[in-house]
Amino acid sequence: MDCNNNVTRIRREVLIRIAKAAFDENLPEVVDKIPHTMRPKDMDETRCCIYKDRAVLRYRCMAAMGFAIEDEEDDFVPLAKYADNAALREQPEGEIMTVLDIACKGCVSSRHLITDACQGCMARPCMVNCPFNAITVVKGRAQIDSSKCVDCGKCRSVCPYHAVTRIPVPCEEACPVGAIEKNGDGKARIDFEKCISCGRCMRECPFGAVMEKSQVVDIIHALKRGRPVVAMVAPAIAGQFPGDLEQIADAIMKLGFSEVVEVAYGADVTTRKEAAEFVERMEEGKPFMTTSCCPAYIGTVQKHIPELKPFVSETATPMHYTAMRVREENPEAITVFVGPCVAKRREGLDDDAVDYVMTFEELGALFVARDVEVAVCEGVPFVTSTSSEGRGFAVTGGVAAAVAALNGDKANLKSICINGLDPAALKRLRAFTSGNCPGNLVEVMACEGGCVGGAGVVGLSRLTSKAVKDWSERGHHLKSE
Amino acid sequence: MKQIKVEICLGTTCFVMGASELQSLEEKLPEEIAGRVLIEGTTCLGCCKDRKYGKAPYVRIDGEIMSGATTDAVVLRLKELCDIE
Repeated sequence: MDCNNNVTRIRREVLIRIAKAAFDENLPEVVDKIPHTMRPKDMDETRCCIYKDRAVLRYRCMAAMGFAIEDEEDDFVPLAKYADNAALREQPEGEIMTVLDIACKGCVSSRHLITDACQGCMARPCMVNCPFNAITVVKGRAQIDSSKCVDCGKCRSVCPYHAVTRIPVPCEEACPVGAIEKNGDGKARIDFEKCISCGRCMRECPFGAVMEKSQVVDIIHALKRGRPVVAMVAPAIAGQFPGDLEQIADAIMKLGFSEVVEVAYGADVTTRKEAAEFVERMEEGKPFMTTSCCPAYIGTVQKHIPELKPFVSETATPMHYTAMRVREENPEAITVFVGPCVAKRREGLDDDAVDYVMTFEELGALFVARDVEVAVCEGVPFVTSTSSEGRGFAVTGGVAAAVAALNGDKANLKSICINGLDPAALKRLRAFTSGNCPGNLVEVMACEGGCVGGAGVVGLSRLTSKAVKDWSERGHHLKSE
Repeated sequence: MKQIKVEICLGTTCFVMGASELQSLEEKLPEEIAGRVLIEGTTCLGCCKDRKYGKAPYVRIDGEIMSGATTDAVVLRLKELCDIE
Protein backbone atom coordinates (compact mmCIF):
# COMPACT_ATOMS: atom_id res chain seq x y z
CA MET A 1 0.00 0.00 0.00
CA ASP A 2 1.22 3.51 -0.56
CA CYS A 3 0.95 5.95 2.33
CA ASN A 4 -2.46 7.30 1.41
CA ASN A 5 -4.69 5.25 3.69
CA ASN A 6 -6.31 5.53 7.11
CA VAL A 7 -3.88 3.21 8.89
CA THR A 8 -1.00 5.51 8.00
CA ARG A 9 -2.98 8.59 8.95
CA ILE A 10 -3.95 7.22 12.34
CA ARG A 11 -0.40 6.08 13.05
CA ARG A 12 0.88 9.56 12.18
CA GLU A 13 -1.81 11.30 14.19
CA VAL A 14 -0.88 9.25 17.25
CA LEU A 15 2.77 10.18 16.78
CA ILE A 16 1.86 13.87 16.42
CA ARG A 17 -0.19 13.86 19.61
CA ILE A 18 2.44 11.97 21.60
CA ALA A 19 5.18 14.29 20.31
CA LYS A 20 3.17 17.41 21.09
CA ALA A 21 2.55 16.29 24.66
CA ALA A 22 6.22 15.37 25.08
CA PHE A 23 7.27 18.81 23.83
CA ASP A 24 4.68 20.43 26.12
CA GLU A 25 5.99 18.30 29.02
CA ASN A 26 2.55 17.00 29.88
CA LEU A 27 2.65 13.51 28.37
CA PRO A 28 1.70 11.65 31.58
CA GLU A 29 -1.26 14.00 32.08
CA VAL A 30 -2.70 13.83 28.56
CA VAL A 31 -1.67 10.47 27.11
CA ASP A 32 -4.61 8.50 28.53
CA LYS A 33 -6.99 10.95 26.84
CA ILE A 34 -5.52 10.44 23.35
CA PRO A 35 -7.63 7.37 22.45
CA HIS A 36 -10.75 9.29 23.55
CA THR A 37 -9.77 12.48 21.73
CA MET A 38 -9.19 10.55 18.53
CA ARG A 39 -12.35 8.49 18.91
CA PRO A 40 -14.92 10.83 20.56
CA LYS A 41 -18.40 9.61 21.48
CA ASP A 42 -20.12 11.06 18.45
CA MET A 43 -17.77 9.55 15.88
CA ASP A 44 -18.54 6.44 13.84
CA GLU A 45 -16.49 3.43 14.81
CA THR A 46 -14.20 1.77 12.29
CA ARG A 47 -14.01 -1.63 14.00
CA CYS A 48 -16.77 -3.43 15.89
CA CYS A 49 -17.31 -0.63 18.41
CA ILE A 50 -15.83 2.59 19.66
CA TYR A 51 -14.38 0.82 22.70
CA LYS A 52 -12.29 -1.48 20.57
CA ASP A 53 -11.14 1.49 18.48
CA ARG A 54 -9.99 3.17 21.67
CA ALA A 55 -8.36 -0.01 22.99
CA VAL A 56 -6.34 -0.32 19.78
CA LEU A 57 -5.38 3.35 19.98
CA ARG A 58 -4.15 2.73 23.50
CA TYR A 59 -1.71 0.16 22.10
CA ARG A 60 -0.67 2.54 19.34
CA CYS A 61 0.21 5.08 22.01
CA MET A 62 2.30 2.44 23.81
CA ALA A 63 4.28 1.65 20.66
CA ALA A 64 4.64 5.36 19.87
CA MET A 65 6.19 5.79 23.32
CA GLY A 66 8.64 3.00 22.54
CA PHE A 67 7.10 -0.04 24.23
CA ALA A 68 6.55 -3.51 22.81
CA ILE A 69 2.95 -4.67 23.09
CA GLU A 70 4.26 -8.20 23.65
CA ASP A 71 5.80 -7.02 26.94
CA GLU A 72 2.54 -5.75 28.41
CA GLU A 73 1.88 -7.43 31.72
CA ASP A 74 -1.73 -6.36 32.13
CA ASP A 75 -3.97 -3.91 30.33
CA PHE A 76 -4.97 -2.18 33.56
CA VAL A 77 -1.81 -0.09 33.61
CA PRO A 78 -2.61 3.50 32.55
CA LEU A 79 -0.65 4.99 29.65
CA ALA A 80 0.60 7.64 32.09
CA LYS A 81 2.69 4.95 33.76
CA TYR A 82 4.29 4.12 30.40
CA ALA A 83 4.94 7.81 29.83
CA ASP A 84 6.74 7.95 33.19
CA ASN A 85 8.78 4.86 32.33
CA ALA A 86 9.66 6.31 28.91
CA ALA A 87 11.09 9.37 30.66
CA LEU A 88 13.32 7.14 32.80
CA ARG A 89 14.59 5.06 29.89
CA GLU A 90 18.34 5.48 29.37
CA GLN A 91 18.43 4.09 25.86
CA PRO A 92 16.17 2.15 23.51
CA GLU A 93 16.60 -1.62 23.38
CA GLY A 94 14.96 -4.87 22.31
CA GLU A 95 13.19 -5.70 19.08
CA ILE A 96 12.17 -3.11 16.50
CA MET A 97 8.70 -4.24 15.46
CA THR A 98 5.72 -5.03 17.65
CA VAL A 99 2.36 -6.65 16.89
CA LEU A 100 -0.87 -5.22 18.31
CA ASP A 101 -2.60 -8.54 18.65
CA ILE A 102 -6.05 -7.09 19.33
CA ALA A 103 -5.77 -5.02 16.15
CA CYS A 104 -4.88 -8.10 14.09
CA LYS A 105 -7.82 -9.35 12.04
CA GLY A 106 -6.46 -12.89 12.15
CA CYS A 107 -6.61 -13.27 8.37
CA VAL A 108 -6.95 -16.96 7.53
CA SER A 109 -4.10 -18.38 5.52
CA SER A 110 -4.28 -17.34 1.91
CA ARG A 111 -7.10 -18.98 0.02
CA HIS A 112 -9.30 -18.94 -3.05
CA LEU A 113 -12.94 -18.02 -2.84
CA ILE A 114 -15.84 -18.18 -5.31
CA THR A 115 -17.60 -14.81 -5.37
CA ASP A 116 -21.13 -13.71 -6.31
CA ALA A 117 -19.92 -13.29 -9.87
CA CYS A 118 -20.25 -17.09 -10.32
CA GLN A 119 -23.00 -17.84 -12.83
CA GLY A 120 -23.06 -21.58 -12.24
CA CYS A 121 -22.23 -22.02 -15.91
CA MET A 122 -22.55 -25.22 -17.86
CA ALA A 123 -18.93 -25.38 -18.92
CA ARG A 124 -17.78 -25.48 -15.31
CA PRO A 125 -14.12 -25.13 -16.20
CA CYS A 126 -13.26 -24.60 -12.55
CA MET A 127 -14.62 -28.00 -11.60
CA VAL A 128 -13.26 -29.79 -14.64
CA ASN A 129 -9.78 -28.34 -14.36
CA CYS A 130 -9.27 -28.54 -10.59
CA PRO A 131 -6.49 -31.12 -10.15
CA PHE A 132 -7.60 -31.82 -6.58
CA ASN A 133 -11.36 -32.27 -7.10
CA ALA A 134 -11.92 -29.48 -4.62
CA ILE A 135 -14.81 -27.85 -6.49
CA THR A 136 -18.45 -28.87 -6.48
CA VAL A 137 -21.48 -26.97 -7.74
CA VAL A 138 -24.21 -26.54 -5.16
CA LYS A 139 -27.50 -24.78 -6.03
CA GLY A 140 -26.09 -23.35 -9.21
CA ARG A 141 -22.91 -21.99 -7.64
CA ALA A 142 -19.39 -23.37 -7.43
CA GLN A 143 -17.94 -24.06 -4.00
CA ILE A 144 -14.40 -24.80 -2.91
CA ASP A 145 -13.75 -27.52 -0.36
CA SER A 146 -10.98 -25.93 1.70
CA SER A 147 -9.80 -29.31 2.98
CA LYS A 148 -8.87 -30.31 -0.58
CA CYS A 149 -7.81 -26.94 -2.04
CA VAL A 150 -4.06 -26.36 -2.16
CA ASP A 151 -4.34 -22.81 -3.50
CA CYS A 152 -2.95 -23.66 -6.93
CA GLY A 153 -5.10 -21.00 -8.61
CA LYS A 154 -6.14 -23.11 -11.60
CA CYS A 155 -9.85 -22.32 -11.10
CA ARG A 156 -9.11 -18.62 -11.01
CA SER A 157 -7.22 -18.77 -14.29
CA VAL A 158 -9.97 -20.63 -16.17
CA CYS A 159 -13.15 -18.92 -14.90
CA PRO A 160 -14.71 -16.90 -17.75
CA TYR A 161 -16.59 -14.67 -15.26
CA HIS A 162 -13.57 -13.81 -13.10
CA ALA A 163 -15.61 -15.21 -10.25
CA VAL A 164 -12.71 -16.73 -8.36
CA THR A 165 -10.69 -14.47 -6.16
CA ARG A 166 -7.72 -15.04 -3.95
CA ILE A 167 -7.67 -13.49 -0.50
CA PRO A 168 -4.07 -12.94 0.55
CA VAL A 169 -2.62 -12.45 4.02
CA PRO A 170 -0.97 -9.07 3.47
CA CYS A 171 1.64 -9.25 6.25
CA GLU A 172 2.78 -12.73 5.22
CA GLU A 173 3.01 -11.73 1.57
CA ALA A 174 4.90 -8.55 2.38
CA CYS A 175 7.49 -10.27 4.56
CA PRO A 176 10.45 -11.21 2.37
CA VAL A 177 11.82 -13.75 4.84
CA GLY A 178 8.82 -15.69 6.17
CA ALA A 179 9.02 -14.19 9.65
CA ILE A 180 5.26 -13.94 10.18
CA GLU A 181 3.78 -16.81 12.11
CA LYS A 182 0.16 -17.46 12.92
CA ASN A 183 -1.19 -18.67 16.23
CA GLY A 184 -4.07 -21.15 16.37
CA ASP A 185 -6.51 -18.21 16.34
CA GLY A 186 -4.93 -16.82 13.18
CA LYS A 187 -3.31 -13.86 14.96
CA ALA A 188 0.03 -12.82 13.56
CA ARG A 189 3.23 -13.08 15.54
CA ILE A 190 6.69 -12.04 14.41
CA ASP A 191 9.43 -14.65 14.67
CA PHE A 192 12.31 -12.39 15.69
CA GLU A 193 14.83 -15.12 14.90
CA LYS A 194 13.87 -14.50 11.26
CA CYS A 195 12.75 -10.83 11.24
CA ILE A 196 15.05 -8.40 9.40
CA SER A 197 13.15 -5.30 10.64
CA CYS A 198 12.41 -4.06 7.13
CA GLY A 199 9.03 -2.72 8.29
CA ARG A 200 7.08 -3.96 5.33
CA CYS A 201 4.47 -5.76 7.47
CA MET A 202 3.76 -2.46 9.20
CA ARG A 203 3.19 -0.74 5.90
CA GLU A 204 1.09 -3.49 4.35
CA CYS A 205 -1.25 -4.61 7.18
CA PRO A 206 -4.65 -3.07 6.35
CA PHE A 207 -5.59 -3.22 10.03
CA GLY A 208 -2.45 -1.45 11.20
CA ALA A 209 -1.65 -4.35 13.51
CA VAL A 210 2.11 -3.96 13.27
CA MET A 211 3.95 -0.94 14.58
CA GLU A 212 7.52 0.00 15.27
CA LYS A 213 8.68 1.02 18.70
CA SER A 214 9.22 4.72 18.25
CA GLN A 215 12.03 6.69 19.88
CA VAL A 216 10.37 10.10 19.45
CA VAL A 217 9.77 10.52 23.18
CA ASP A 218 13.42 9.76 23.94
CA ILE A 219 14.53 12.21 21.26
CA ILE A 220 12.27 14.99 22.54
CA HIS A 221 13.54 14.42 26.08
CA ALA A 222 17.11 14.64 24.74
CA LEU A 223 16.27 17.95 23.02
CA LYS A 224 15.14 19.33 26.35
CA ARG A 225 18.11 18.21 28.41
CA GLY A 226 20.49 20.86 27.12
CA ARG A 227 23.19 18.70 25.55
CA PRO A 228 23.72 19.37 21.84
CA VAL A 229 21.60 17.05 19.68
CA VAL A 230 22.77 16.56 16.10
CA ALA A 231 20.40 15.38 13.36
CA MET A 232 22.06 13.25 10.68
CA VAL A 233 19.76 13.29 7.66
CA ALA A 234 19.82 10.49 5.11
CA PRO A 235 20.01 11.54 1.43
CA ALA A 236 16.49 10.18 0.88
CA ILE A 237 15.13 13.20 2.81
CA ALA A 238 15.01 15.23 -0.42
CA GLY A 239 11.36 15.69 -1.41
CA GLN A 240 9.96 14.22 1.82
CA PHE A 241 8.74 17.66 2.88
CA PRO A 242 7.88 20.80 0.96
CA GLY A 243 10.97 22.90 0.34
CA ASP A 244 14.58 21.99 -0.40
CA LEU A 245 17.12 20.33 1.86
CA GLU A 246 18.36 23.59 3.32
CA GLN A 247 14.81 24.53 4.29
CA ILE A 248 14.29 21.10 5.83
CA ALA A 249 17.53 21.54 7.79
CA ASP A 250 16.28 24.93 9.00
CA ALA A 251 13.01 23.32 10.08
CA ILE A 252 14.92 20.64 12.02
CA MET A 253 16.92 23.35 13.81
CA LYS A 254 13.61 24.97 14.84
CA LEU A 255 12.78 21.75 16.71
CA GLY A 256 15.77 22.40 18.94
CA PHE A 257 18.51 20.38 17.24
CA SER A 258 21.93 21.99 17.50
CA GLU A 259 23.14 20.99 14.04
CA VAL A 260 22.01 19.17 10.91
CA VAL A 261 24.51 17.13 8.90
CA GLU A 262 24.06 15.19 5.71
CA VAL A 263 24.66 11.44 5.88
CA ALA A 264 25.84 11.87 2.29
CA TYR A 265 29.12 12.86 3.99
CA GLY A 266 29.40 9.31 5.37
CA ALA A 267 28.28 7.95 2.00
CA ASP A 268 31.37 9.58 0.48
CA VAL A 269 33.56 7.80 3.05
CA THR A 270 31.76 4.52 2.36
CA THR A 271 32.27 4.98 -1.39
CA ARG A 272 36.03 5.56 -1.00
CA LYS A 273 36.55 2.60 1.28
CA GLU A 274 34.29 0.32 -0.71
CA ALA A 275 35.97 1.21 -4.01
CA ALA A 276 39.40 0.37 -2.50
CA GLU A 277 38.05 -2.82 -0.93
CA PHE A 278 36.54 -3.87 -4.24
CA VAL A 279 39.85 -3.65 -6.07
CA GLU A 280 41.59 -5.49 -3.24
CA ARG A 281 39.07 -8.32 -3.29
CA MET A 282 39.20 -8.67 -7.06
CA GLU A 283 42.99 -8.83 -6.93
CA GLU A 284 42.66 -11.62 -4.38
CA GLY A 285 40.60 -13.46 -6.95
CA LYS A 286 37.21 -13.19 -5.21
CA PRO A 287 34.32 -13.65 -7.65
CA PHE A 288 32.20 -10.74 -6.43
CA MET A 289 31.51 -8.31 -3.57
CA THR A 290 28.17 -7.02 -2.33
CA THR A 291 27.46 -3.61 -0.81
CA SER A 292 26.87 -3.38 2.93
CA CYS A 293 24.90 -0.21 3.61
CA CYS A 294 21.37 -1.66 3.69
CA PRO A 295 20.67 -2.90 7.23
CA ALA A 296 17.74 -5.12 6.20
CA TYR A 297 20.01 -6.82 3.69
CA ILE A 298 22.69 -7.33 6.36
CA GLY A 299 20.00 -8.84 8.60
CA THR A 300 19.03 -11.12 5.73
CA VAL A 301 22.60 -12.32 5.29
CA GLN A 302 23.04 -12.95 9.00
CA LYS A 303 19.77 -14.78 9.49
CA HIS A 304 19.02 -16.38 6.14
CA ILE A 305 22.03 -16.55 3.81
CA PRO A 306 25.11 -16.95 6.05
CA GLU A 307 27.05 -18.44 3.13
CA LEU A 308 26.96 -14.97 1.53
CA LYS A 309 28.79 -13.35 4.44
CA PRO A 310 32.33 -13.70 3.02
CA PHE A 311 31.22 -11.74 -0.05
CA VAL A 312 29.72 -8.77 1.81
CA SER A 313 31.85 -5.64 1.94
CA GLU A 314 33.34 -4.98 5.38
CA THR A 315 33.06 -1.24 4.86
CA ALA A 316 30.77 0.40 7.42
CA THR A 317 27.64 2.33 6.52
CA PRO A 318 27.24 6.05 5.75
CA MET A 319 25.34 6.41 9.04
CA HIS A 320 28.32 5.04 10.97
CA TYR A 321 30.95 7.28 9.36
CA THR A 322 28.73 10.33 9.76
CA ALA A 323 28.09 9.58 13.42
CA MET A 324 31.81 8.94 14.05
CA ARG A 325 32.66 12.34 12.65
CA VAL A 326 30.00 14.05 14.78
CA ARG A 327 31.38 12.23 17.85
CA GLU A 328 34.95 13.29 17.05
CA GLU A 329 34.01 16.92 16.57
CA ASN A 330 31.73 17.05 19.55
CA PRO A 331 32.01 14.15 22.02
CA GLU A 332 29.18 15.64 24.08
CA ALA A 333 26.69 15.51 21.24
CA ILE A 334 23.71 13.19 21.07
CA THR A 335 23.45 11.71 17.57
CA VAL A 336 20.08 11.15 15.88
CA PHE A 337 19.87 9.47 12.49
CA VAL A 338 16.86 10.63 10.47
CA GLY A 339 16.00 8.36 7.57
CA PRO A 340 13.43 6.43 5.56
CA CYS A 341 14.40 3.12 7.11
CA VAL A 342 12.90 1.03 9.87
CA ALA A 343 15.77 -1.49 9.88
CA LYS A 344 18.22 1.34 10.58
CA ARG A 345 16.90 1.20 14.16
CA ARG A 346 18.50 -2.22 14.51
CA GLU A 347 21.80 -0.90 13.16
CA GLY A 348 21.51 2.13 15.44
CA LEU A 349 21.04 -0.07 18.51
CA ASP A 350 24.19 -2.00 17.59
CA ASP A 351 26.30 1.10 16.84
CA ASP A 352 27.69 2.98 19.84
CA ALA A 353 28.17 6.12 17.76
CA VAL A 354 24.41 6.40 17.10
CA ASP A 355 22.11 7.31 19.97
CA TYR A 356 18.70 7.45 18.32
CA VAL A 357 17.03 6.71 15.01
CA MET A 358 13.85 8.25 13.67
CA THR A 359 12.00 7.98 10.39
CA PHE A 360 10.83 10.78 8.10
CA GLU A 361 7.30 9.99 9.23
CA GLU A 362 8.34 10.66 12.82
CA LEU A 363 10.23 13.81 11.87
CA GLY A 364 7.04 14.97 10.15
CA ALA A 365 5.12 14.32 13.37
CA LEU A 366 7.64 16.46 15.28
CA PHE A 367 7.22 19.29 12.77
CA VAL A 368 3.43 19.19 13.07
CA ALA A 369 3.62 18.97 16.87
CA ARG A 370 5.73 22.14 16.96
CA ASP A 371 3.83 23.94 14.15
CA VAL A 372 6.98 24.15 12.04
CA GLU A 373 6.08 25.13 8.49
CA VAL A 374 8.90 23.73 6.37
CA ALA A 375 7.71 25.55 3.25
CA VAL A 376 8.26 28.98 4.80
CA CYS A 377 11.63 28.22 6.45
CA GLU A 378 14.43 30.31 4.97
CA GLY A 379 16.99 27.55 4.86
CA VAL A 380 20.41 27.07 6.40
CA PRO A 381 23.35 25.97 4.26
CA PHE A 382 25.24 22.81 5.22
CA VAL A 383 28.76 23.39 6.55
CA THR A 384 30.28 20.34 4.90
CA SER A 385 29.81 19.93 1.19
CA THR A 386 28.87 16.43 0.03
CA SER A 387 29.18 14.76 -3.32
CA SER A 388 26.67 14.14 -6.01
CA GLU A 389 27.47 10.42 -5.76
CA GLY A 390 26.94 10.28 -1.99
CA ARG A 391 23.59 12.03 -2.31
CA GLY A 392 22.62 9.46 -4.91
CA PHE A 393 22.85 6.52 -2.43
CA ALA A 394 19.12 6.87 -1.71
CA VAL A 395 17.95 5.56 -5.06
CA THR A 396 18.52 2.04 -6.29
CA GLY A 397 21.70 1.78 -8.32
CA GLY A 398 23.19 4.81 -6.59
CA VAL A 399 25.66 2.96 -4.38
CA ALA A 400 27.03 0.84 -7.22
CA ALA A 401 27.20 3.94 -9.44
CA ALA A 402 29.21 5.81 -6.79
CA VAL A 403 31.72 2.98 -6.39
CA ALA A 404 31.95 2.61 -10.17
CA ALA A 405 32.51 6.36 -10.64
CA LEU A 406 35.44 6.33 -8.23
CA ASN A 407 36.77 3.02 -9.46
CA GLY A 408 37.09 4.12 -13.08
CA ASP A 409 38.16 1.24 -15.29
CA LYS A 410 39.94 -0.85 -12.66
CA ALA A 411 39.25 -4.57 -12.05
CA ASN A 412 36.66 -4.90 -14.85
CA LEU A 413 33.89 -3.66 -12.62
CA LYS A 414 30.49 -4.94 -13.65
CA SER A 415 27.70 -3.98 -11.30
CA ILE A 416 24.27 -5.52 -10.84
CA CYS A 417 21.47 -4.40 -8.54
CA ILE A 418 19.07 -6.36 -6.43
CA ASN A 419 16.22 -3.86 -6.34
CA GLY A 420 14.06 -5.03 -3.43
CA LEU A 421 14.21 -8.25 -1.42
CA ASP A 422 11.61 -10.96 -1.92
CA PRO A 423 11.85 -14.76 -1.88
CA ALA A 424 12.99 -14.79 -5.52
CA ALA A 425 15.76 -12.26 -4.80
CA LEU A 426 16.91 -14.35 -1.83
CA LYS A 427 17.10 -17.37 -4.11
CA ARG A 428 19.15 -15.38 -6.60
CA LEU A 429 21.54 -14.21 -3.90
CA ARG A 430 22.02 -17.80 -2.72
CA ALA A 431 22.82 -18.84 -6.27
CA PHE A 432 25.53 -16.16 -6.44
CA THR A 433 27.50 -17.99 -3.75
CA SER A 434 27.70 -21.11 -5.89
CA GLY A 435 29.34 -19.27 -8.77
CA ASN A 436 26.31 -17.93 -10.63
CA CYS A 437 26.88 -14.22 -10.19
CA PRO A 438 26.56 -12.31 -13.47
CA GLY A 439 28.55 -9.33 -12.15
CA ASN A 440 31.32 -8.63 -9.64
CA LEU A 441 29.79 -5.73 -7.70
CA VAL A 442 26.34 -6.46 -6.32
CA GLU A 443 24.30 -3.64 -4.84
CA VAL A 444 21.49 -4.87 -2.62
CA MET A 445 18.57 -2.70 -1.58
CA ALA A 446 15.93 -4.38 0.58
CA CYS A 447 13.28 -1.87 -0.49
CA GLU A 448 12.13 -1.52 -4.05
CA GLY A 449 13.45 1.70 -5.55
CA GLY A 450 16.12 1.95 -2.85
CA CYS A 451 15.93 3.91 0.41
CA VAL A 452 13.27 6.22 -1.06
CA GLY A 453 10.96 3.19 -0.96
CA GLY A 454 11.58 2.57 2.76
CA ALA A 455 8.83 1.88 5.26
CA GLY A 456 9.31 5.20 7.09
CA VAL A 457 8.88 7.63 4.20
CA VAL A 458 6.32 10.41 3.79
CA GLY A 459 6.59 11.05 0.04
CA LEU A 460 5.89 8.73 -2.87
CA SER A 461 9.15 7.23 -4.12
CA ARG A 462 8.19 8.02 -7.71
CA LEU A 463 8.30 11.72 -6.84
CA THR A 464 10.98 11.79 -4.15
CA SER A 465 13.52 9.96 -6.28
CA LYS A 466 13.33 12.94 -8.65
CA ALA A 467 14.01 15.29 -5.73
CA VAL A 468 16.98 13.12 -4.70
CA LYS A 469 18.33 13.41 -8.23
CA ASP A 470 17.90 17.20 -8.26
CA TRP A 471 19.76 17.58 -4.97
CA SER A 472 22.41 15.16 -6.14
CA GLU A 473 23.07 17.25 -9.22
CA ARG A 474 23.89 20.20 -6.99
CA GLY A 475 26.75 18.31 -5.32
CA HIS A 476 30.39 18.16 -6.42
CA HIS A 477 31.78 15.07 -8.12
CA LEU A 478 33.78 12.57 -6.14
CA LYS A 479 37.39 12.27 -7.28
CA SER A 480 39.99 9.73 -6.30
CA GLU A 481 42.43 11.08 -3.73
CA MET B 1 -12.75 31.11 -20.35
CA LYS B 2 -12.01 31.64 -16.67
CA GLN B 3 -9.37 29.39 -15.23
CA ILE B 4 -10.10 27.26 -12.20
CA LYS B 5 -7.57 27.81 -9.46
CA VAL B 6 -6.43 24.81 -7.46
CA GLU B 7 -4.33 25.57 -4.40
CA ILE B 8 -2.59 22.61 -2.82
CA CYS B 9 -1.79 23.24 0.80
CA LEU B 10 1.93 22.75 1.36
CA GLY B 11 1.58 23.11 5.10
CA THR B 12 3.52 20.51 7.04
CA THR B 13 0.40 18.83 8.43
CA CYS B 14 -1.12 18.38 4.98
CA PHE B 15 2.16 17.06 3.63
CA VAL B 16 2.58 14.55 6.44
CA MET B 17 -1.05 13.47 6.09
CA GLY B 18 -0.83 12.76 2.39
CA ALA B 19 -0.46 15.94 0.36
CA SER B 20 2.79 14.62 -1.06
CA GLU B 21 0.62 12.45 -3.28
CA LEU B 22 -1.02 15.60 -4.65
CA GLN B 23 2.30 16.70 -6.12
CA SER B 24 1.47 14.50 -9.08
CA LEU B 25 -1.90 16.24 -9.72
CA GLU B 26 -0.61 18.15 -12.71
CA GLU B 27 0.39 15.00 -14.58
CA LYS B 28 -2.88 13.29 -13.70
CA LEU B 29 -5.15 15.98 -15.13
CA PRO B 30 -7.16 14.70 -18.08
CA GLU B 31 -6.31 16.52 -21.30
CA GLU B 32 -9.77 18.04 -21.76
CA ILE B 33 -9.54 20.06 -18.54
CA ALA B 34 -5.78 20.56 -18.22
CA GLY B 35 -5.90 23.87 -20.07
CA ARG B 36 -8.58 25.26 -17.80
CA VAL B 37 -6.86 24.51 -14.51
CA LEU B 38 -4.18 26.50 -12.75
CA ILE B 39 -2.38 24.53 -10.03
CA GLU B 40 -0.46 26.31 -7.31
CA GLY B 41 1.15 25.31 -4.07
CA THR B 42 0.24 27.48 -1.13
CA THR B 43 1.57 27.94 2.38
CA CYS B 44 -0.58 26.53 5.17
CA LEU B 45 -4.26 27.34 4.54
CA GLY B 46 -4.84 27.19 8.29
CA CYS B 47 -7.48 24.47 8.05
CA CYS B 48 -5.57 22.13 10.39
CA LYS B 49 -5.29 24.60 13.21
CA ASP B 50 -8.31 23.16 15.02
CA ARG B 51 -6.11 20.05 15.41
CA LYS B 52 -8.38 17.83 13.37
CA TYR B 53 -5.32 16.29 11.77
CA GLY B 54 -7.29 13.39 10.34
CA LYS B 55 -9.04 15.65 7.82
CA ALA B 56 -5.85 16.80 6.10
CA PRO B 57 -4.69 17.16 3.36
CA TYR B 58 -6.63 20.20 2.22
CA VAL B 59 -6.96 21.67 -1.24
CA ARG B 60 -8.71 24.93 -2.18
CA ILE B 61 -10.54 24.86 -5.48
CA ASP B 62 -11.75 28.34 -6.53
CA GLY B 63 -12.06 29.30 -2.89
CA GLU B 64 -13.86 26.14 -1.82
CA ILE B 65 -12.01 23.91 0.68
CA MET B 66 -11.82 20.19 0.08
CA SER B 67 -10.68 18.02 3.02
CA GLY B 68 -9.12 14.58 2.83
CA ALA B 69 -8.10 15.46 -0.70
CA THR B 70 -6.71 12.91 -3.14
CA THR B 71 -5.72 13.46 -6.75
CA ASP B 72 -8.70 11.42 -7.92
CA ALA B 73 -11.16 13.42 -5.81
CA VAL B 74 -9.71 16.71 -7.02
CA VAL B 75 -9.87 15.60 -10.65
CA LEU B 76 -13.50 14.55 -10.20
CA ARG B 77 -14.45 17.92 -8.70
CA LEU B 78 -12.61 19.75 -11.49
CA LYS B 79 -14.51 17.79 -14.11
CA GLU B 80 -17.79 18.75 -12.41
CA LEU B 81 -16.81 22.41 -12.36
CA CYS B 82 -15.82 22.34 -16.00
CA ASP B 83 -19.17 20.89 -17.04
CA ILE B 84 -21.16 23.39 -15.03
CA GLU B 85 -19.54 26.45 -16.52
